[in-house]
Amino acid sequence: MAFDKNNYAPGTHPDLPPPPGTVGVVGWLKNNLFSSLSNSILTLLSMYLLYLLIEGGLSWFVVDAVVNANDKPGCRKIADGACWAVIVKRFDQFIYGFYPLAERWRIDVSFFLLFVAAAPLLYPDIKFRKYMLVFSCLYPFIAFILIKGGLFNLLMIETNLFGGAMLTVIIGVTSIACSLPLGILLALGRQSRLKLVKVISVCFIEFMRGVPLITLLFVASTMLNYFLPPGTNFNLLIRVIIMMTFFSAAYIAEVIRGGIQAIPKGQYEAADAIGLTYWQTTRFITLPQALKISIPGIVNTFIGLYKDTTLVVIIGLLDPLGIGRAALADTKWNGLSTETYLFVAVIFFISCFAMSRYSLWLEKKLSTDHN
Amino acid sequence: MLNLLKIWRNEKSREIIVQIIVLIIFGWFISWLVGNVSGNFERLGKDLSFEFLFIPAGYDINQYLISYNNRDSHLRAAIVGLLNTGLVAICGIVIATIFGLFLGVLRLSKNWLANRIAYWYVEFTRNVPILLHILLWHGIIINTLPHPKQAIDIFDVSYLTNRGFYIPKPIAESGIELFYLFTVIAIIFAVLFSRYSKKRQELTGKQFPVFWINLMVIIVFPCIALAFNNFPISFSIPELKGFNFRGGLHLSPELIALTFALAIYTAAFIAEIVRAGILAIHKGQREAAESIGLKPDKVMNLVILPQARRVIIPPLTSQYLNLTKNSSLAIAIGYMDLVATLGGISLNQTGREMETMVLVLLIYLCISLSISSLMNWYNYRVKLVDR
Repeated sequence: MAFDKNNYAPGTHPDLPPPPGTVGVVGWLKNNLFSSLSNSILTLLSMYLLYLLIEGGLSWFVVDAVVNANDKPGCRKIADGACWAVIVKRFDQFIYGFYPLAERWRIDVSFFLLFVAAAPLLYPDIKFRKYMLVFSCLYPFIAFILIKGGLFNLLMIETNLFGGAMLTVIIGVTSIACSLPLGILLALGRQSRLKLVKVISVCFIEFMRGVPLITLLFVASTMLNYFLPPGTNFNLLIRVIIMMTFFSAAYIAEVIRGGIQAIPKGQYEAADAIGLTYWQTTRFITLPQALKISIPGIVNTFIGLYKDTTLVVIIGLLDPLGIGRAALADTKWNGLSTETYLFVAVIFFISCFAMSRYSLWLEKKLSTDHN
Repeated sequence: MLNLLKIWRNEKSREIIVQIIVLIIFGWFISWLVGNVSGNFERLGKDLSFEFLFIPAGYDINQYLISYNNRDSHLRAAIVGLLNTGLVAICGIVIATIFGLFLGVLRLSKNWLANRIAYWYVEFTRNVPILLHILLWHGIIINTLPHPKQAIDIFDVSYLTNRGFYIPKPIAESGIELFYLFTVIAIIFAVLFSRYSKKRQELTGKQFPVFWINLMVIIVFPCIALAFNNFPISFSIPELKGFNFRGGLHLSPELIALTFALAIYTAAFIAEIVRAGILAIHKGQREAAESIGLKPDKVMNLVILPQARRVIIPPLTSQYLNLTKNSSLAIAIGYMDLVATLGGISLNQTGREMETMVLVLLIYLCISLSISSLMNWYNYRVKLVDR
């Protein structure tokens, strides 16, 4: 049978290939990068920018970078790029601070156990969740004993030896864990029918949100002793954690309040109609819905809190940034601020980015929308 | 017993009882704090007094917007610090808004490459603490820029060095008053004109190119005034004398690093706010506008933006507030803002932790509360009226 494209019975025409230039690499380029004149210009500009970045960045970061040297002049003798030797030489300090060398396994163990403890909270579908939750509840005590010592033949470690990424994680995780319940209480207080409770909550929240965190840390480091009975002298680290907790609790309270206000009125009316008490309504109706809505906001607040832990360097604690500044104060490494700060920035970027990805994942998982 | 149970089970009376209990606990807590404070003050032989504000501060501030020297009072030092905070905040807000809008538009762009660059910029910037941004930029300026002798030269009028940037400084001469007057007139005209054209549009549907006309007026009018008085303005150009530059306007590394870091950090957040605001407008709105034949820029200006503005402005304001509060990190690089003057050196010199910190907290609280009440007023005004 001769091939004649006009001679098909209806419905038997084979599928033709799409017109050239609309699919494949060419089509993709056409659609996404060169769809119009202005778009093409934008693409070229972006490519030029990328070229500049890669060209300059690569040689500084990698090609001309020095990893092995004993001081800055040593670096400069080898090549002109980044002197990563400062990071390599002090890597342990960036992670553990001045925690005694022989005891560092305790940090490693607690860090590993942190993930075990966090797993049932972060992944609701995990196996043996009930048993793991018991461990999660015990974890704070285990971690405290492991890190601080003083029990079970573990050497007692002074908190002023804490430092580096470990300090960030300690401050961050403790404040996060304490600020969520406090934030929920404050949010409920702000929505309460009891005028007095409401006024106290509003004042607390607005005060904490209205002042910069650094001033609160100054209060913790200079003024807090005035508010305590004479002779009380408690640890700077604990004072900092308390202030951070209060600070982020106020923000979390506002996020959760948004969630509470987004719940339709019918839910409360229904709860009242079946005779639930206030606390029952809160426990079974309000919070499950409000918390679900506010997850992105809560995680954002946590990311903010985690980033804000860097401020402790201003009142003299040695988080990774503090370790970096100490390294820069050393005459051997004087002037290598870009390398040091970029390294710390990357540490923070990785952890914060991971947290925000987790939040997106959880949001999707909990979503009950029908689209 | 039964009566007590009855009182407890009555909602009204129970609320009162609970509140009384809260009041007692709270009152006890406050009195405990006050008691501790007065006890501690007595023990240390201190008193609560703000007289220290009026004694000479005795320290220098390297950047001041109102005249200041070390014989001026602590109060004046604090005001200088507050003005420095304001300077950084305003410059930062302006740059962050422009840059953030630009990034937000890129994030919405259909151009894949530009979109990805903006995306990674936003992710990288906002996932790194602001303090690191500030220190990083400060470090880059003072460690990698050249000494004044080898300064990076921009058209022989501006110089970038590791001691800061030197730019030409405009100096007003006699006859400049007309320029100021015309500028004010141009701005008043622009405001009135945009109001009029909005009204006209609502009545007749006809539009003026408001933005371009206003821009022309604001540029051309003051220029006429300048030409009229034979350009009563001169520039002091920085010049290398010895080891440093003289003349011109000196922008310290601290000011630049702080402003720049705050601006690029906040811009990342603003970009996401702008993007979310525009995406929040229902697709149908755009499709409807296009189907009645509006051109793309009209769709944006008349349909999308007026609605997106309602979503964008509240979080935008809170970003501005955050920027202002974050400017307190100036203390890490030695920029003399409110926290560094009143809460830093004044505190250390007078030893009055309580008074200085209370003042600092109150000032920030006032700024925050006034901005947020403005925001509430705006929210109330633009609220969607449900019918």
